Amino acid sequence: MNKIFEKGGKLQWLHSTVDAFETFLHVPGTVTLKGTHVRDAIDLKRLLILVVIAAAPAALFGMWNVGYQHGLAMGQTGVHILEYFWFGFLKVLPLYMVSYVVGLAIEFASSQIRGEEVSEGYLVSGFFIPLIVPVDIPLWMLAVAVAFAVIFGKEVFGGTGMNIWNPALLTRAFLFFSYPNYMSGSECWIAFKKGETAVADAFTGATPLALDGPAQYGTGFWDLFIGTVPGSVGETSVIAILLGAILLIWTGIASWKIMCGSVLGALLVGWIGNAAGITDIPFYMQLLYGGFAFGTVFMATDPVTSCQTECGKWIFGILVGMLCITVRLFNPGYAEGMMLAILLCNTFAPLIDHCVTEIHISRRAKKFNAA
Amino acid sequence: MSEIIVLKRGLEVPVNGCADLRVSKSMTPATVAVQPDGIKGLLPRLLVKEGDRVLCGSPVIADKKNPEILLTAPVSGTVKEIVRGEKRKLLAVLIEADDKQQSVDFGAKDPNALSAEEIKRALMQSGLWPVLVQRPYGTLADPAAAPKAIFVSAFNTAPLAADTEFTLGTQVAMIQKGIDALSKLAPVHVSLNAKVKDSAFAKLSGCTLHRFQGKHPAGNVGVQISHISPIRKGETVWTLPMHGLAAIGKLFATGRYNVRRLVAITGPAAIEACYVATVPGTPIKDFAPFYGNTPELVRFISGDVLSGCNAGENGYLGWADDQLTFIHEGTDKELLGWIRPLRWNQFSTDRSYFSWLMPWRKYDMTTNLHGGPRPFLMNDAYYAKVLPMDIYPVFLAKACLAGDIDKMEKFGIYEVLPEDLATCEFVDPSKIYIQDIIAKGIDLMLKEMA
Repeated sequence: MNKIFEKGGKLQWLHSTVDAFETFLHVPGTVTLKGTHVRDAIDLKRLLILVVIAAAPAALFGMWNVGYQHGLAMGQTGVHILEYFWFGFLKVLPLYMVSYVVGLAIEFASSQIRGEEVSEGYLVSGFFIPLIVPVDIPLWMLAVAVAFAVIFGKEVFGGTGMNIWNPALLTRAFLFFSYPNYMSGSECWIAFKKGETAVADAFTGATPLALDGPAQYGTGFWDLFIGTVPGSVGETSVIAILLGAILLIWTGIASWKIMCGSVLGALLVGWIGNAAGITDIPFYMQLLYGGFAFGTVFMATDPVTSCQTECGKWIFGILVGMLCITVRLFNPGYAEGMMLAILLCNTFAPLIDHCVTEIHISRRAKKFNAA
Repeated sequence: MSEIIVLKRGLEVPVNGCADLRVSKSMTPATVAVQPDGIKGLLPRLLVKEGDRVLCGSPVIADKKNPEILLTAPVSGTVKEIVRGEKRKLLAVLIEADDKQQSVDFGAKDPNALSAEEIKRALMQSGLWPVLVQRPYGTLADPAAAPKAIFVSAFNTAPLAADTEFTLGTQVAMIQKGIDALSKLAPVHVSLNAKVKDSAFAKLSGCTLHRFQGKHPAGNVGVQISHISPIRKGETVWTLPMHGLAAIGKLFATGRYNVRRLVAITGPAAIEACYVATVPGTPIKDFAPFYGNTPELVRFISGDVLSGCNAGENGYLGWADDQLTFIHEGTDKELLGWIRPLRWNQFSTDRSYFSWLMPWRKYDMTTNLHGGPRPFLMNDAYYAKVLPMDIYPVFLAKACLAGDIDKMEKFGIYEVLPEDLATCEFVDPSKIYIQDIIAKGIDLMLKEMA
């Protein structure tokens, strides 16, 4: 690194930024100073870029779907697949730009203030944020929400690795409670150009969860599974999300225990809902609706904000799944329960870990006394 | 024979440069260093001055707290130089060896006929007492302590570690004498490698034999203790390396201080990976034929790559080490390295690389950190998969970082030394110096519990 960026140099305030770009370009020639003299080739950059790669199918499908849903709403037919994709790409691109520019600017500045290297955590959060918000959200709102989530959700706790709540979900929660008009209702999930309104008769106009009563759940199993329904950009296609889940589980970055727990919890409450006659939605369909799949695979498994212990991961996952469906079944005000379920479980994750480790400690004490 | 204790978690770090099972040469270094620094808890008081003549076994340094505990000269000769560092800290006493090589005669004795006190005195007088390490905390053993047991690991699973069957297999009689002596102080437990059939050490008597099977750190005595008889609060145990046991046996058999041992010369930067016979305190420069003409590119580690000490070219073979590792410094930058899909020449336990496809492969590892330091991000299981102990490594490390004594106790600080968590440090994608964190935690415990 050039000397002017080092401590005491003229451009010292750019140190973290220059360092971030430098280490992005190449693995630095830093050597181990103490402890183990050799290190595993894995680093956080690689781990986190894998999460982005895992989410890429959902993002690409989402972009196509934005165009496709717009076409449906406008009554277009015979449009080429690439045209749909291009439409969606142009719609989603500004979201990405806002998400990364605002988030990374704050991240770089806070790293500099703390005198640390810039952490890669926002690489993933910034990739997720556009996937879980309505595609037509005004950009300034997104910018405010991102700033809120990064500053108050992450930096005040000490940056990546120290946060309690998932920053991407915090962005969504901020939008959800601050600008509810843009986050719910019949039209927010479909992209429109300025001045356009829906014309097609066949257009149902809302994410299935926003409608009450079973009659409107016209969208079939395969539509939901493939994802040709309105919704947030990345959350609609269960199959694309499953592809990501396979990669995450294979590489061990995300915990399969949390994913399984979440699915089991959701099925359980969904089944109770069926059995008790609260809802007519078949319990397995709950897994396909809304943000459940995306949340289970990409959000609940965030290693920082979920549970640390293996037993805790099961509890955490099951709680997420159960809470999500409980919110869906009993709270008509919030159509989607996944975001709130995960944020609530994030809050309780340290408590769950505390209980698990206390049990572990007392078990050890017993073993010691017996020995 | 006891049951085999199988440890499933652990990690074999596949470094290139395993020593061939042959003794390349027997070295008699011209200068030997006596270093008090490698012995935790020893407050050195100098007993010699420059120009003094010493015999092999003559006292050189004494402990200030326990003046009976001595460090003695491993060779006979004259004191050439007393090396001091900052604030006049005593770093080493250099002894120029002579040709005669005379030893102090402590008198051959039958350990079975001696009392515990007599054995302790013999060990302290001869300078062999510091081979005993006291746990918890890994300090110099306190002669007044009553350890519940003495543990010895008869094998080492660290990367490229010396093969004890080869280095000590012929000295079983001496090791047996050592066990006879130490079993007067406390029950002795010896852990064998279950993989080795017909182990030379399986014949040992007067001790409890255990058999372990697993990857590193299964050969670490700390891991073995936690499976045999975990250390509770208030308890102490002593440990010592196998070559220490042999040296104690030789003391009683011959009456002489003899710490000469076979040392494995290993690592990707070693020109000839083999064994040499020498004494601790041999200057690294004496090993020049084994590492070649570019010492500035090499890191000289006394010990193994995971928890050895960076001795430097001007350093010396450590007091308790029977291995030297030479690896290249990894100061090269690698363009877009972290995102390259394959990187065949890098080893990783992570599935995002493809090392798992070639479990037989060895790698020319360097000292490159492969990233930058970050806070803990991955969760506990990522680290626990390479630690065969019933503890949560991340919780323990965080308790140490926070200096929370109560939590450190609960999460098992009594059971670990930094070396036991070396594999966790190796796999850490956040590049945290976990061993250093544990070492600082132990120092805090020593300070607070004193």
